[in-house]
Amino acid sequence: MNRYPLWKYIVIAVSILLGLLYTLPNFFGESPAVQISPLRAGIQTDMALLQRAEQVLKQHGLPYNGTILESTGIKIRFSDTDTQIKARDILDAEVGSDYIVALNLLPNSPQWMRHIGALPMYLGLDLRGGVHFMLQVDMAGALTKALDRYNADLRSTLREQRIPSAGIDRDRSRIIIKFRDEQAREKAISELGKTFEDLAFRSEDVNGERRLVASIKPEALIRMQNTAVQRNITTLRNRVNELGVAEPIIQQAGADRVIVQLPGVQDTAKAKDILGRTATLEVRMVDEDGDIDAALRGSVPSGTELLSERGGGHLLVKKQVLLTGDRITDAQPGFDQDRQAAVHVTLDNNGSRIFKQLTRNNVGKRMAILLVEKNVTEVVTAPVIREEIGGGRVQISGQMNSIEARDVALLLRAGALAAPMEIIEERTVGPSLGAENIERGFNSTLYGFLIVSVFIMIYYSAIGVISVVALATNLLFLIGLLSILQATLTLPGMAGMALTVGMAIDANVLINERIRDELRHGATPQAAIHAGYERAWDAIIDTNLTTLLAGLGLMMFGSGPIKGFAVVLCLGILTTLFSAVTVSRAMVNLFYGNRKLTHVPIGAIKILKKSSSKR
Amino acid sequence: MDFFRFERDIPFTRWGKFSMTFSLIISILAIYSLTTKGLNLAVDFTGGTVMEISYQQPANLDKTRKILAGIGMSDAIVQNFGTSRDVMIRLPVKLEHAGGNLSETVMTALKVDDPSVEMKRVEFVGPQVGDELLENGLLAMLFVSMGIVAYLAVRFEWKFGVACIVANLHDVLTILGCFSFFQWEFDLTVLAAVLAILGYSVNESVVISDRIRENFRKLRKATVTRIIDNAITETMSRTIITHGSTQMVVISMFLFGGEALHNFALALTIGILFGIYSSIMIASPILLLLGAKREDLVKPERKPQEEALP
Repeated sequence: MNRYPLWKYIVIAVSILLGLLYTLPNFFGESPAVQISPLRAGIQTDMALLQRAEQVLKQHGLPYNGTILESTGIKIRFSDTDTQIKARDILDAEVGSDYIVALNLLPNSPQWMRHIGALPMYLGLDLRGGVHFMLQVDMAGALTKALDRYNADLRSTLREQRIPSAGIDRDRSRIIIKFRDEQAREKAISELGKTFEDLAFRSEDVNGERRLVASIKPEALIRMQNTAVQRNITTLRNRVNELGVAEPIIQQAGADRVIVQLPGVQDTAKAKDILGRTATLEVRMVDEDGDIDAALRGSVPSGTELLSERGGGHLLVKKQVLLTGDRITDAQPGFDQDRQAAVHVTLDNNGSRIFKQLTRNNVGKRMAILLVEKNVTEVVTAPVIREEIGGGRVQISGQMNSIEARDVALLLRAGALAAPMEIIEERTVGPSLGAENIERGFNSTLYGFLIVSVFIMIYYSAIGVISVVALATNLLFLIGLLSILQATLTLPGMAGMALTVGMAIDANVLINERIRDELRHGATPQAAIHAGYERAWDAIIDTNLTTLLAGLGLMMFGSGPIKGFAVVLCLGILTTLFSAVTVSRAMVNLFYGNRKLTHVPIGAIKILKKSSSKR
Repeated sequence: MDFFRFERDIPFTRWGKFSMTFSLIISILAIYSLTTKGLNLAVDFTGGTVMEISYQQPANLDKTRKILAGIGMSDAIVQNFGTSRDVMIRLPVKLEHAGGNLSETVMTALKVDDPSVEMKRVEFVGPQVGDELLENGLLAMLFVSMGIVAYLAVRFEWKFGVACIVANLHDVLTILGCFSFFQWEFDLTVLAAVLAILGYSVNESVVISDRIRENFRKLRKATVTRIIDNAITETMSRTIITHGSTQMVVISMFLFGGEALHNFALALTIGILFGIYSSIMIASPILLLLGAKREDLVKPERKPQEEALP
């Protein structure tokens, strides 16, 4: 009766083999590497680049241990981190203009393992070192910005439609337009309602003053917030690429938050600097009458500014801002009619209107496209306006090659944050601490496992050994599962692993105590084993399900490192149910199920007088 | 080997009065400490900045304090951490350093004095995040408690759920009370430990309840008191071995896990010890108090204990 059908043994054997296979990559360790990947789509990583990189390394006498060429990039392995960092700096100087050159760690496991997806566990930042930021998008700021824009648009629309108004004001969440007579207000409602679909208009009379109150519709507000967060994420992603981080994580967290994780980054100052940049785009007119030489000597004409031009040179630019980067919906590199590199910019409706007007009024003059970054304004390009440009498609061409065109397109597309952002949480872990944490977590689990094993083996003798083997397979399944799922392992996660060892043994203790109970009550050895497993099952399920409940609670409400603990705890419970019951039972059945037993090798049992009288 | 076997049932329920009184005192003390002293909440919850830095030689804390005071941070708490070369700096939330560039300012100032100083860890939590984490922690606790009561009510009976959760919350209160009384730092990992204990302590009550149900079927003539006593005595061996094993692992964590897991292991230790005590000495008297009886668990229409043996 203590026999398993063959298929059960096969299932168990296969799962143990799979567990072993997927746990194995964790023991090969990792070696420092430099990863070269293209900065923009369309740039190839090919043999030529690889040869160039190898040549550069040879020139500088930096030994490397092998290279991998993949479609996504090149990886070069080094034996120590010193060489790795030197190589990164040199390669960055040589090929860094078109490629991201980043430090990375490569698993040392054989190639075929990587092909079947057998990777080491994905270590969290507290174990590998790096920076974690949580940024909050300032929605109030985004709203103010949007209202400011609407304010200007409403004003110009009213002027175009020749509707007289007595002033436009913005308060915290709405725009108030005053009118002198009812007729003008009526006309304004019908005209503005047509143009501004995202605004809700309401008439209001305060102290005999005729007002029209415009507010952003709730659904438009939600859309605006979502776009703001999405655009900020895109912007951040482009900026992180500049940092040269191998596996950055940039994701939305909640309605208005963004998480940025940069493994391996130590220079937090630079990271913050780049993430926190508030670049904006502006279109202004060039003051061509001004004396640039006089300006360079220090006498800048009023209403203008002396600005440096990309690629050298200076320009006098008028202070009045005609158009801002918020109006850009897209920017793509391409070519103009003369086969010159150009950037094609698409503007939104209001942007197109403003641009049409400004080009009509300024044919033959130069306009300047500026990038404002941390209060430093730079002229990206200052083309001559050849004709009126309508339809919202703008072509920027000038002294650019195709690579510059790509850069400008990138900057225009993602140069500006849609809304200001603030860092509200930062966790930085140095690499030495990361390594220490791994060791600590590993030792806690190892020594915990060893001491429990010794105790259980002494206490329950041969059955105890089986319990310990089951516990070991539990750990194997847990690590294998974490490796397959590539769930993030944190230090609390490793604590969860240790805790799983301590809690998983409960199931086997329950079973073993039950077997002893049955023996004490006079059951035959085989019957005792059978009843022990059967009767302990209820309690095992109950105890594990309640702990699982706590784990799920932690997963739902926990954040960051705590979530890591919760994931390991929950997975640990699932593996416990399998290994403590099925695997240990299979072993017992295999060793003892098929023969006559005179006793169960479960250690000496005290037989109590009371128990025989009770039954 | 077979310890923890007893010739006669131990009259746990008879000690109920004493244990209830003892627990009541403990709980009142814990609540008193929590209301007067409060918890020593870590930066996770209060917001602020924690930095761990490491010097090449034993650190001069006074000098570090002076440097910090020099850049207007006289409210910094500077203390050794782990070894004499490692220093931990705590800074409250500063409005003028929004966006978390505080750590850079500090590092720059410290590097002027000693270029070899190395930054090991920085944690900056904005005040808005801290409040949220605390709120989420309490929500999680509520969710888990309700889940456990519901589960036990379905699996056994509502009286068991109530008895169990009272015992559990008593454990949680004791952990919180200890952390408050000794002013140990209460951070996110401790919160995780508290929640893990909430789930783990139930095990005890589940195993005992399971046995009580079985006894109700088996020992038809016995009084409720005897049945509970017998159930606890019979499962005693398992209780001690299981918790002993878990405690061994926790001790291993305490010894080898470093500072980061120190308080986590501490909270688990208190939770495990009081978990054993409360599920034996608190849950059972409450069960009796609530008037648990045979009919609650052994439904008449159910078949009598089916024999598992063929």
